[in-house]
Amino acid sequence: MSSYIPGQPVSVVVQKIEIHKLREGDRLILGFSIGGGIDQDPSQNPYSEDKSDKGIYVTRIAPGGPADVAGLRVGDKIMQVNGWDMTMIKHYQALKKLTKPKEEVVRLLVTRKSLEQAVKGAMGLH
Amino acid sequence: MDNDSQYSGYSYKSSHSRSSRKHRDRRDRHRSKSRDGSSRGDKSVTIHTPGEPLLDGSAREERDDNWGETTTVVTGTSEHSVSNEDLTRVSKDLEETTPLQCKRFLGPVVAGFLSFFALLTPLAFLVLPQVLWRDTLDPCGTPCEGLYVSLAFKLLVLLISSWALFLRPPRATLPRFFVFRCLLMVLVFLFVASYWLFYGVRVLEPRERDYRGIVEYAASLVDALLFIQYLALVLLEIRHLQPAFCVKVVRSSDGASKFYNIGHLSIQRAAVWLLDRYYSDFPIYNPASHNLPKSILSKKMSGFKVYSIDENPSNNTSGQSRAMIAAAARRRDNSHNEFYYEEAEMERRIRKRKARLVVAVEEAFTHIRRLQEDEAASSPKHPREVMDPREAAQAIFAPMARAMQKYLRTTRQQAFHSMESILTHLQFCITHNMTPKAFLERYLTSGPTLQYQQQSDRGRQWTLVSEEPVTAALRPGLVFALRRLDFSLVVTVTPLPFLRLGEEFIDPKSHKFVMRLQSETSV
Repeated sequence: MSSYIPGQPVSVVVQKIEIHKLREGDRLILGFSIGGGIDQDPSQNPYSEDKSDKGIYVTRIAPGGPADVAGLRVGDKIMQVNGWDMTMIKHYQALKKLTKPKEEVVRLLVTRKSLEQAVKGAMGLH
Repeated sequence: MDNDSQYSGYSYKSSHSRSSRKHRDRRDRHRSKSRDGSSRGDKSVTIHTPGEPLLDGSAREERDDNWGETTTVVTGTSEHSVSNEDLTRVSKDLEETTPLQCKRFLGPVVAGFLSFFALLTPLAFLVLPQVLWRDTLDPCGTPCEGLYVSLAFKLLVLLISSWALFLRPPRATLPRFFVFRCLLMVLVFLFVASYWLFYGVRVLEPRERDYRGIVEYAASLVDALLFIQYLALVLLEIRHLQPAFCVKVVRSSDGASKFYNIGHLSIQRAAVWLLDRYYSDFPIYNPASHNLPKSILSKKMSGFKVYSIDENPSNNTSGQSRAMIAAAARRRDNSHNEFYYEEAEMERRIRKRKARLVVAVEEAFTHIRRLQEDEAASSPKHPREVMDPREAAQAIFAPMARAMQKYLRTTRQQAFHSMESILTHLQFCITHNMTPKAFLERYLTSGPTLQYQQQSDRGRQWTLVSEEPVTAALRPGLVFALRRLDFSLVVTVTPLPFLRLGEEFIDPKSHKFVMRLQSETSV
């Protein structure tokens, strides 16, 4: 992941992940946990390369849940949810964007280190 | 009389206490019974062969050799309270019988005489020429009168400050000379002597006519005396005020310890200073409170008793001693257990008795009430018996006496509080409108030694035990002890650390904060 310079656009390699929410009673669950946000302490994030990165990261995946099935992995940084930006957002607001009760499907753009390496490797081969 | 030789193996001697020896003497004379004083602190073991009178103190060392032979160690029953009262009675007797020492007043008397003489000297200088050769003196007008005034005021200041600083009853007699005081007295004596010498040779003999010069000379003596007094003030009172050492005082009998900050003093002065604080800071020494109860110690020690009956003891002792040590090692595993349970039991008992005492006292205090002023007028309607504090105290003492006595026995304090003293304290509390809790404060916590002492002018005898001469100044690493009859205070001197103080300026605007949350929520 590229380091963040305030005011400059960030360019990363992202993967599109589509999660179909699972209905449990009257709740819709996605099966993962998030951490991070601009109101949180970024130095405690175990998954970020740059410890001042205040983005939303996936901290836990329920095995066999909708997120696991869709291909989300622990340590992924979520860049967008249904078009809403997740790189500069408060933790609570990110939660709200993910758990809208009217939406059955969420489309995430996530990035991870292995993606960058894979792309670099592919480009290097060429 | 119990002839129980079960605890025969253990003997404890309190070798430093005169009182316990006398105590032994008295008891043996009166009752001819000896006790095993293993853990009673001051009670001594009296091991004497039957029929042989108790040896005197001088033969104490011999007794050590004799005790292994045909002796009967007789253990006593549980008459703790009696022996404790004996002990305190004996120690009180000892203190009252030390005669008033005249040595106490020698130093101050000499110093007083010297200073009186020094104060009279300037006046003598002025008066003698007037008396002896008045006619031949030069007339001395205004300047002399000015000098008279200044002389008078300086003498007055000298007098008042001497009274304020030095005219105090001495609080202690030191074993050696008080170096600074001696130095100052010598200085004063030298000054005055040399002034008199000069005066005698140059003024009295030739009958000096310049009176103004004589007056100035007297004024200069008074100045010199004022400066000596300043020196005395600095040396005796001020120099030791700045703290330089930290001393640790530990009482040898029960480990009560305190730390004090002390300045530059000689060992003997430091001892006096520390004893002042000992009397008001340290809880009273209770000879009856000791660590391990008798039963545990004796059981532990009785395993070591080896009876060598055989002809050649060398063969048996090694085998036996090994067996003994093994048995003792096994046995020792249990004694801490017993100790723990005994402690817990004792604590429970104390708490129970304390609860009963508190309730009894509270109830007793509800029986009386202070008579209000307006009630006295309406007394013809309800004639109540009006009592003074002493009678009121006696009236309410009865219901709480039993609970109080039981509590004091359990906490082993009954030697310090006689019935009379409890009544007096009760009367005192009633007079000053104290609550039951305030009345009990004196008995629930063990107070400082001064609380229990009566006013006796004979003073307390302490012995300063030190490897260095007692007029030497305190230095780091010094250890000395202050010994009393049955315990001693061991004093260790450590230097106060040198402090390197730095500064750091904090801008008031630099206080900024951020949130440190890291919440993880599941979706």
